[in-house]
Amino acid sequence: MSNIAVADAAAPSAAAKPFLTRLGAGFVNRLVIIVPYLWLLFFFLIPFVIVFKISLSQTAIAMPPYTPVLDFSNGVSGFFARFRDLNFDNYIWLTQDALYFKAYITSLIIAAISTVLTLLVGYPIAYGMARAPATIRPTLLMLVILPFWTSFLIRVYAWIGILKPEGLLNQLLLSLHIINQPLVILNTYTAIFIGIVYSYLPFMVLPLYSSLEKMDYSLIEAAKDLGCPPTAAFWKITFPLSLPGVIAGCLLVFIPAVGEFVIPDLLGGSSTLMIGKTLWNEFFANRDWPVSSAVAVILLLLLTVPIMLFQQAQAKAQEQGK
Amino acid sequence: MNASWSRFNVTSIVLGFAFLYLPIVLLIVFSFNESKLVTVWGGFSTKWYVSLFHNQGLMDATWVTARVGVISATVATVLGTLAALTLTRYTRFRGRVLFSGMVFAPLVMPEVITGLSLLLLFVAVGLDRGFFTVTLAHITLTMCFVAVVVQSRLVSFDRSLEEAAMDLGATPAKTFFQITLPVILPAIVSGWMLAFTLSLDDLVIASFTSGPGATTLPMKIYSQVRLGVTPEINAACTILIAVVAVGVIIASIANKRREVQRQLDEQAAQRG
Repeated sequence: MSNIAVADAAAPSAAAKPFLTRLGAGFVNRLVIIVPYLWLLFFFLIPFVIVFKISLSQTAIAMPPYTPVLDFSNGVSGFFARFRDLNFDNYIWLTQDALYFKAYITSLIIAAISTVLTLLVGYPIAYGMARAPATIRPTLLMLVILPFWTSFLIRVYAWIGILKPEGLLNQLLLSLHIINQPLVILNTYTAIFIGIVYSYLPFMVLPLYSSLEKMDYSLIEAAKDLGCPPTAAFWKITFPLSLPGVIAGCLLVFIPAVGEFVIPDLLGGSSTLMIGKTLWNEFFANRDWPVSSAVAVILLLLLTVPIMLFQQAQAKAQEQGK
Repeated sequence: MNASWSRFNVTSIVLGFAFLYLPIVLLIVFSFNESKLVTVWGGFSTKWYVSLFHNQGLMDATWVTARVGVISATVATVLGTLAALTLTRYTRFRGRVLFSGMVFAPLVMPEVITGLSLLLLFVAVGLDRGFFTVTLAHITLTMCFVAVVVQSRLVSFDRSLEEAAMDLGATPAKTFFQITLPVILPAIVSGWMLAFTLSLDDLVIASFTSGPGATTLPMKIYSQVRLGVTPEINAACTILIAVVAVGVIIASIANKRREVQRQLDEQAAQRG
């Protein structure tokens, strides 16, 4: 670190400082990088390699239930000889069974629609917060973050009691004579949309708020003074300026929603199809580890582009923060 | 009142917050329901809380979850803080792009993928699934959230404070512990709390990486929810919400106090 060197030079005792201390500082610096780096390599990156490896193996009735491939147990030559054993059956199986294809497509569509819905619900909230008097803004921010601290599972569970045929929503609507027959919402795609919008709303509102709050509102006033109608001012000034927040929020909702398991499982019932649920069933019900690995690999490939976009947005935000 | 805060703004905030809070409020209200039917009000009662404490399976799961949460949040806070320091302080080293990718990707990675891949890792290295593996999995997931929280504080940190300390002869280690750490401490504390609640909350990754004897509370709640909604689960959820809410409120009060103290110190320093 350059500033340590500067400080060393500036301090009167720098020359007298034992060499070991400076060596120690360099070692500590390196340790700061190496420890989290190795941890993430071992527990985040290497597992993906293993998933890929097992997706190329065959199902076996054993523990663990797959045949080993790409093993180093026979040395390097054995490793290459094993390439012959690789089989892409699991991937061929995924393309042949229409169920998987449908599950991927449905998941992408549901995630996309939910993302748009979350944006439509979240934008007015974030905008209202950004224009609120500065004194109550921290409280509003706290109120948006607070549900995020309560359990995801609990928040999804709470909706079961509301959406059931004899649930609270139907009781309310029936007693107000808005409907004559209870609506069937639970165990449909509608329930999944409600669940995703509800659970991921804070993820959308927070980045939107932080980009809207930074906006200079005198721009809007200037546009108004020059005769620009409010809607045109919104689309020409406010929305483009909030675009980084829109992108970050949409990615934060879309990517996890594609692979969501809890919401489609609890609110969607057995009639709805989503890939996270398919993977879970393949693993826990069918105990087919190679096929569930192949499902995961394709899901990961589908999400590579959005995840890279997200990382770029994060890195950019970090640069601007400085 | 700010003139630009229109009626539309107020309405959208009120409706938005109603949407966010109503389901949780209803859940809490119906945990005090006398009737076994969750959605029909049969009078006030705390009997579900009593029966909760006699449910041994639920109590065991709570104990496991609490231990996993405390251990994994503590380790994740140390690792996450180191990762945040790396991201903000060391802008050039080999593999930096890969490193920032590995910190940000877990934030959005679907849990089924993370869970499956960690399980396959544990099987590959021959670790028995159980308490230890769930803890390792939670450390990996939550350290990235800690890193993001601490990093946002480090970015706005005035480094001339550190330089001043070292000019006055403080060693790098002393500078870190006496200057840097106290300044980023609020972020570290909220990082720990975030890690703890994420661990408390996680169902999917725990289901993949856990083994016999290490059933966590979300796993227990999930298996009961699948059998139907009962007031007893509402009661369990209410207690969980209360614990987290109390923690968040205490932390924010402590934060505010520290902030006020800091402002007073700054004013005193300017006068002096």
